[in-house]
Amino acid sequence: MRNFLSMSIILLLLGSFSVFAAGSEEEIVIGVAGPFTGDFANYGIPTQRAVNDYVETVNAAGGVKGRTIRVVAEDEQCAAEQAVNVSQKLVDEGAVAVIGHICSSATIAALSTYTDVGIPVVSPSSTNTSITFSGDFPTFARTISYDAKQAEVQLEYLNEIGVETIAVLHDKGDYGKGLADNAIEEAEKYGIEVLLFEGITPGALDYSAIVLKVAGVNPDAVIFGGYHPEASKLVSQMVSQNFTVPFIGGDGIKTDTFIGLAKEEAEGVYATSPEDTSRLPMTTAVRAAHIEKYGEEPGVFFDNGYAAIQVVVEALNNAESLDAESVLAAIKGGTFDTTVGTISFDEKGDVIGVGFAVYQVVDGSYVQVD
Amino acid sequence: MSLEYFLQVFVSGFTRGSIYALIALGYTMVYGIIQLINFAHGEIYMIGAFSLLILIGVLSMLNLPVLALILIAVLVSILYSAGYGFTIERLAYRQIRNAQRLSLLISAIGMSMFLQNYVLLAQTSSFLYFPKFLEDIPLFQNTNILNASQAVIFSATALIMILLTVFVRYTRTGKAMRALSQDRTMAVLVGVPTNRTISITFIIGSITAAIGGGLVSAQIGQIHFYMGFIAGIKAFVAAVLGGIGNIPGAVLGSFILGLTESFGTTLISSDYEDVFAFIILILILIVKPSGLLGKNRSEKV
Repeated sequence: MRNFLSMSIILLLLGSFSVFAAGSEEEIVIGVAGPFTGDFANYGIPTQRAVNDYVETVNAAGGVKGRTIRVVAEDEQCAAEQAVNVSQKLVDEGAVAVIGHICSSATIAALSTYTDVGIPVVSPSSTNTSITFSGDFPTFARTISYDAKQAEVQLEYLNEIGVETIAVLHDKGDYGKGLADNAIEEAEKYGIEVLLFEGITPGALDYSAIVLKVAGVNPDAVIFGGYHPEASKLVSQMVSQNFTVPFIGGDGIKTDTFIGLAKEEAEGVYATSPEDTSRLPMTTAVRAAHIEKYGEEPGVFFDNGYAAIQVVVEALNNAESLDAESVLAAIKGGTFDTTVGTISFDEKGDVIGVGFAVYQVVDGSYVQVD
Repeated sequence: MSLEYFLQVFVSGFTRGSIYALIALGYTMVYGIIQLINFAHGEIYMIGAFSLLILIGVLSMLNLPVLALILIAVLVSILYSAGYGFTIERLAYRQIRNAQRLSLLISAIGMSMFLQNYVLLAQTSSFLYFPKFLEDIPLFQNTNILNASQAVIFSATALIMILLTVFVRYTRTGKAMRALSQDRTMAVLVGVPTNRTISITFIIGSITAAIGGGLVSAQIGQIHFYMGFIAGIKAFVAAVLGGIGNIPGAVLGSFILGLTESFGTTLISSDYEDVFAFIILILILIVKPSGLLGKNRSEKV
C-alpha cells in the first residue's frame, strides 16, 4: 500500500513537470538578474522594472516571432556566490538571453556559467573594464560604457579645473579597485601626480584615520572608487576634519541614496555617470510611463536597463533562429534604436554611442556639469 | 610626522578604542561570570543605535529643546537595549546555562543572526542617515586636534569606566558579580543570588554597548543592520587581547586595538587595517596566552 502511494505521488510529480515543459515550448524565456532586495536594491530594481515594462508592451503587440516572452527575475543581492547560483537557475529555466547582472563582481562571478552554455548576457550597469577587455566572456555585451572611460572623463574634468595632485581611494572590490586603477593610468596622461593610493575596509567603524592621512598629503582632489555607504562616510569625515577638496566618484555614488546619507555634506561632490539621455523623445515617453505606473521617477540605470531589453528583443526578432549563437550574432552585429540613443557593439561587447558625463551635487540633487 | 598630525592620529585611534571598550566591557563581564562568549552582544550595540534614531525621530515632533530631546532619547534607548540584553539572557542562555559550553555558544550565534535579521525585516536593509547631534552639545568646541564629537565620546567613556569601577568594587551587586566569577559553586553556597546577578551583568553590558552604538552613529552619521557584526568582532578581539574576563584588560585591549588600527592605517596602509588587529592579537596570545591582564586559570580535570 505504501509503495503504491509513493508511486502515485512520483507519477503525479512527473506529470506536473511535463505540463511545465510543454508550457515553456510556447514562451521565450528572458532572465533578469541583479540585486532586487538588500543594500544594493536601488541599483537593481529600476532594471527589473524596465525589463518587465518593455516585455509587457512587446507581448501586447504579439510577442517575438509569434511567441510571448516570459521574464524570469532572480535576486542575487550583488553577492558573487548568490550570482553563481542564480545564473545556474536561469540556464536551467531555459533563458535565451539574460539582462544583467548589475554589480560588476556579481556579473564576473556569474558569467562563466553563461559562457559555458553560450547564452548572450547584456548588462545595463557592470562597468568593470576587464569584463570585456579580458576576452574571457565572448557572449557578454553592455549598454553602459566601462570604468576606464569613467576615469578618462574624471581626469579630464579634474585637469580642466586645475587639479595637479590627487589621492585615490577605493573599497578593494572589483568595481571600486578597477575604477581606481584606471584613474591612476589616466592621471599619468595629464601629468597629474598621485600622492596616495589606498584601499579602505567597507563597514569599518570610521574612516577618520584614512581621512587624516589624505589630509596629511594634502591633494587638490580625492578620487574614490566604490559605493555610496563608504563614500558618504568619507565625505562626512572630511567635512568634520575641515578638509574640503573636490571629491569625485563613479556611478556607484551617483544615486539619491548617497545624498540622503551624506545630506548637506554631499554638496559639491562630483560623480561620473552615463550621459543624461532622459531628453531623447523615446526616453521621455518611457520615463513618463514609469512615473504613471509606479508614481515615482525611474531610478539609476533605468535607461540602460531599458536599452538592454530593447537590444535583446530586437536581436531576437532579427536572429534567424532562437539558438544562442544566432541571437548573439544579432546582438553584436546590429544597430539598435534605444533609450540611450542609437547604439551598436564592438567585438568585445562594449557599447558604441554611449558616454559618461560629470555630475555635481547642487542643492541636494545631481546636476550635469560641462 | 609633525606633532599635530601625530596627536590627530592618536585621537582618532583613541576614539575608536573608546567605542571598542564600551562594547568589549559587555563581552568580558559576561565571560567572566558564565564563561560565555555572547556573540549577540554586537547586535545590542546595533539595536541601541536603531532605537536611538527612532526615538530622536519621534521626540523631534514634540518641539523639545535639543539637549532635553537628546537626553530623553538616549536614556530611553539605553533602557530599551538593556531590556534586550535581559531578554536575550532569559530566552537563549538561562535554560542551557549548565549544559556544555558549545550549546551556549551556538545559542549565542543563533541569537545574533536572529536579531540581525529581525532588524533587517522590521526596519530596513538600507543605510540610514543618523543626525550628528554630538557636535550640538555645547560643552566642547572643535579644535585642530580634537573635535567636539570626539570630546563627547571620550568624556562619556571615561565617565562610564569610573561608574563601572565604583559599581563593581563597592556595591553589593558588584561584590556578588566578582564572587560568581571567582567560584560559582561557592558563591551559590554562601547565598549569592545567581540568576539576578547574571541578569544585572547582561543589563550593564547592554547599557554600555548601547551607549557605544549611539555615540558612534552620531559621530559618523549613518547606521545599518549589519553594523554590530564587525564592531562586535573587533571588540571581542580587544577583550581577548586584554585577557577575557578582566574589565581593565578589556579597556586596555580596546585602546591598543584602536591605536594600532589608526597608526597602522596612517603609517603603513589602510589596505591592511583589519590585518593589523589580528596580527597584534596573535602576537600577544603567543607571548601571553591568557591576554595582557588575564590570569592563568588551571582547568579542573
